[in-house]
Amino acid sequence: MESPNQKRIDLIFSNYTSSKYKVLERTLQRPPDELISELMDSGLKGRGNVGFPTGMKWKFARREDAGTKYVICNANESETGTFKDREILELVPRKVLSGMAICGYCIGSKKGIIYLRHEYSYLKEHLQNEISIFQEFVKQFNHDFTIEIFSGSGSYVSGEESSLIESIEGFRAEPRNKPPFPVIKGLYGCPTVVNNVETFATAQVIFRIGAEEFLKLGTSYSSGSKLFSISGDTKNPGIHELELGTTIEDVVKEFGDKNIKSVQVGGASGYCIPQKLFAETVIGYEGLTTGGSMIFFNNSRSMYKVLHEYLRFFAEESCGLCTPCRVGTQQLLLGIEAVKRGEMPVGYIDVLKKLALSMKISSKCGLGQSVANPFISILDNFKEEILY
Amino acid sequence: MEKSQISLTINDIPVTVEEGSTILDAAHKINLHIPTLCYHPDLKVAGNCRVCVVELKGNKELVTACSTAVTEGMVIFTNSSKVRTARKTIVELLLSEHNADCTKCYRNGNCELQWLASEYRIGDHVYHDLVRAEDRLADSSSFSIIKDDSRCVRCQRCVRTCSDLQDVGTFAVVKKGKKQKVSTFFGKPIKDVFCIDCGQCTSRCPTAALIEKPLFEDVWDAISEPEKHVVISTTPSVRVAIGEELGFEYNKHSDSKIIAALKLLGFDAVVDSGFFADIYIVELCTEFMLKMKQANEDAGNKVLPFVTSCSPAWKKFVKTKLPQVGRLLSSSKSSRQIFGTLIKTYYADQNALDPKDIITVTVTPCTAAKIETTNSRPPEGLTDVDFSITTRELARMIRQSGIDIERLEPADYEPLMSTHSGASVLTEASGGTTEAVIRTLTELVTGNELNPDMLKNMALRGENGIKETVIKFSEVKYGWEFLKDKEIRFAVINGSGHAAEFFNRFSDGENPYHFVEVMVCHGGCIGGGGQPIPVSFELIKARASILYSLDELSMVKKAHENDYLNRIYREFLSKEENKEALRMP
Repeated sequence: MESPNQKRIDLIFSNYTSSKYKVLERTLQRPPDELISELMDSGLKGRGNVGFPTGMKWKFARREDAGTKYVICNANESETGTFKDREILELVPRKVLSGMAICGYCIGSKKGIIYLRHEYSYLKEHLQNEISIFQEFVKQFNHDFTIEIFSGSGSYVSGEESSLIESIEGFRAEPRNKPPFPVIKGLYGCPTVVNNVETFATAQVIFRIGAEEFLKLGTSYSSGSKLFSISGDTKNPGIHELELGTTIEDVVKEFGDKNIKSVQVGGASGYCIPQKLFAETVIGYEGLTTGGSMIFFNNSRSMYKVLHEYLRFFAEESCGLCTPCRVGTQQLLLGIEAVKRGEMPVGYIDVLKKLALSMKISSKCGLGQSVANPFISILDNFKEEILY
Repeated sequence: MEKSQISLTINDIPVTVEEGSTILDAAHKINLHIPTLCYHPDLKVAGNCRVCVVELKGNKELVTACSTAVTEGMVIFTNSSKVRTARKTIVELLLSEHNADCTKCYRNGNCELQWLASEYRIGDHVYHDLVRAEDRLADSSSFSIIKDDSRCVRCQRCVRTCSDLQDVGTFAVVKKGKKQKVSTFFGKPIKDVFCIDCGQCTSRCPTAALIEKPLFEDVWDAISEPEKHVVISTTPSVRVAIGEELGFEYNKHSDSKIIAALKLLGFDAVVDSGFFADIYIVELCTEFMLKMKQANEDAGNKVLPFVTSCSPAWKKFVKTKLPQVGRLLSSSKSSRQIFGTLIKTYYADQNALDPKDIITVTVTPCTAAKIETTNSRPPEGLTDVDFSITTRELARMIRQSGIDIERLEPADYEPLMSTHSGASVLTEASGGTTEAVIRTLTELVTGNELNPDMLKNMALRGENGIKETVIKFSEVKYGWEFLKDKEIRFAVINGSGHAAEFFNRFSDGENPYHFVEVMVCHGGCIGGGGQPIPVSFELIKARASILYSLDELSMVKKAHENDYLNRIYREFLSKEENKEALRMP
């Protein structure tokens, strides 16, 4: 059933049964600076939607002179259309725990926290068992690092790192003013590395196979492979590990149904890519940075409904703290409804577009800043569907 | 350690500021205005309204001037087209969720959102009206404040004021997205939740989402009833600050002109709260001395520290947050209640008036004083104070009347209750009540005249949250031998935000202090929640310095040296039936 078109990678989910934390044991014997430079050499970038170089993040945190530092694993997987972190935690939690422990070793932290999305509570018991086993091994390796699970408070914005930290501290999940960034001043004011589940798992992979091997995958700017959560109009929905640097066209050819007219890359906060751009759009940090959500839409879908749903989602999930995001999301939603009903002239769309661009540059965090991504990309490519 | 200096440019103008300053600080240094809304100098930086966004060269997104610390070589533009467009959009968005019928608004003319709208010339309604029907129903359940959610801009200044400054936490942000709002506990009416009525939120709200409960219309009504004899008492804080609302600077003629204005408004008599503050000080001092004696006679009887209770919001704070302090509170009425009591008894008697025909009005810097108007005094059922209005409300009455204060001929207080000491003026500033008590206490205990050096106790002045001083008497009068060479420890709590910290430091009965003064408002009454808007610690400091100079200019410095006061004690308060008149019922 699989077409040979696309090279399949199997790094994240491989070897999961035999893990006796050998990679962790081996890695903890190397000096931290060496590990960080290997990570930097590997070119690993955060596997969330932002794509900040992971090695750099760890290096910044290591540089900070502080008694207490934290390692936080962001398992609040709340971007629409992504479900790969859940699978990683279920199938290869040891890779994630190892990744966290190595991070702790590199930056000088003894405390790790997994911020587990509330909806994933059923994973808690399983994870807790894994943590107990992990804790035994870590003791054997004479390494001081403990991991705790924090059950998320259930909002989209908790996936934003400073909101996530606020949430752990017991406050509303609302973004902080940046700078200072969490690596300098994070949880309880201490330097904190917040990485995505997949990022920690990939870090473990890199220390297993070496940066050199990892660099053989992907492109010079987007090294390695990445998990994609594929959904929508596809015969083959699910999680697929693909090399970075492929084009949307290749992915659509392999996974898409017939008559795919657009792909939403990166979930609600990502971009809508229309058919005419499939060939030229590269998935990777040089093209479209993505947390891995790929939603296919075929000819039968109304892009108005798609956009409407995303805007409804944002109007609900904005934390409401900053003006552009709280009010802007509501106005965009009401605006497209009014134009659709003919209550507002077609030209009002331009007002809304300007609004979206203002939100992009003036919102407090990534949530409000990224509303313009789906809004403008859907609007520009499917204007007729939106207007009439 | 000296902080290093950071150089940057704003709109191509070079500026150098201390490390740790924000872009907003740097802009102020070159007298450049950057509009703000959620920013308030007294509060923690929030960065949530985004009105102050500026362009930082090399940054894709705009940054907020209020929250972004300067770094070496920063290049900032505050008025680029990118900034102007974003800022205007933000103001338009704020207006779209705001009940913008400005002409009907209580804060019309003194509203930060209105100024922004006018600055950015917001004309047509670009966006949909998002004001929720349920938010249009204001919560006027409280005696002191009204909360109108339809005018809320979600700047959260009230939340920060109430939690961070006052340590009360009446308001919190609830829900998210389009449903997000500033709410009380479970959205209950303010009267049903913990609120101390201090009104600090009303003086920091940029719009009319939180206002004092206006009573000035009732006062107008009372004035217009011919058979009613309306007596008003003004406080130094009101007189010192009201010029900020009416556009004049306080000077030595201001008091007499304000009296003239009040008479023109139609008040039948105008008295100064200072007279009653003097009585209050004497009452407080004697109660304190009795407590000291009691503590000396029975060490097991832990009646100290003696805690002041004149700040009406403080009593509410104690009831909920520090119940263990309740039994330590002074039982004396506040100077405002003493005013009401004496006007409806002694004054009525002297002027052959029926107390039922007298309406007592206090104008104070305080919103919590409004709750005192509900205390009725048994058995007659008369209230001490019928109406309490704020400085802001009085300013509105004066504006409505068309009076130009500065052109008025000076007038005098009611002769019967007009004299006041410098000490009484001090009670309006944090630490002042303690200073006033020390002046009287010293002379009562030692029998000697106060050393002029002791007139200024700098340890009790200033902005610190907890201030303290120690007094020792080397000579004492007969009966007070136990106080000889004893350290009497005084503490002053400047703002309720520091009260829990102070009282929870010691377990019950172990507090080493003897006298504790608490003012829930920063700076004392002069920083009250009913004072002119805008307010800031800086302004409060400037207002307080006028109070200190008034004390220095005063002829009589000590409360117990007030002649009329002694007359009232002789003629009225010493009588058996009036013994309890000045105690809280």
